[in-house]
Amino acid sequence: MVHRISGLALAIFLPLHFLTLGLAIEGEARLERFLRWSDQPLVKAGEIALVFVFTVHLLGGLRILVIENFNWRDGQKQLATLAAALSALVAFAFLVRVF
Amino acid sequence: MNVRLYLWQRATAAVMAPLVMVHIGVIFHATRHGLSAADILSRTRGSVAWTAFYGSFVLAVSIHAAIGVRNVLSEWIPLNERRVDACAVFFGLVLAVLGLRAVAAVVLP
Repeated sequence: MVHRISGLALAIFLPLHFLTLGLAIEGEARLERFLRWSDQPLVKAGEIALVFVFTVHLLGGLRILVIENFNWRDGQKQLATLAAALSALVAFAFLVRVF
Repeated sequence: MNVRLYLWQRATAAVMAPLVMVHIGVIFHATRHGLSAADILSRTRGSVAWTAFYGSFVLAVSIHAAIGVRNVLSEWIPLNERRVDACAVFFGLVLAVLGLRAVAAVVLP
């Protein structure tokens, strides 16, 4: 369920991400204006949440690939906890970086 | 989910796993002094390597996300299969077009 919800969140975010980068078609200044707008704390908080969700989805996906392709099924709860902890760590490192 | 979609879902996931790790690394690198358009575009413009990297990333994620959205729609919303398929194909195409447009925007000089 976590993998599904994080995937859905990323699917909603992706078109916006692509539209944002597409602003560079109108020139560097247009993209720069958007990036300065995104310096607001609320937008930064959203970016941190996205980095967290992105990492959660990556680790959840790796877990599925490992379970399905290798004979390794033990310790799934610990692995899920480790994935959440690692994602939180990556998101926290990003938080420290952007604020 | 039929076998063909399942295989596409897993194959695109396997392709994207290293791409996502590199992308997270790039996010951290790009934000080291705060994001700036000049910084991003100086790295990507005219670069064949970044074009190949983000071009394949966009194509893989368009397929992967479309199949994922199809699965969620078919399980959570009472729609018939053909409508679900049509929504998923439409979503995948929108992602591919917007994504390739974004890649072009940042790599073309």
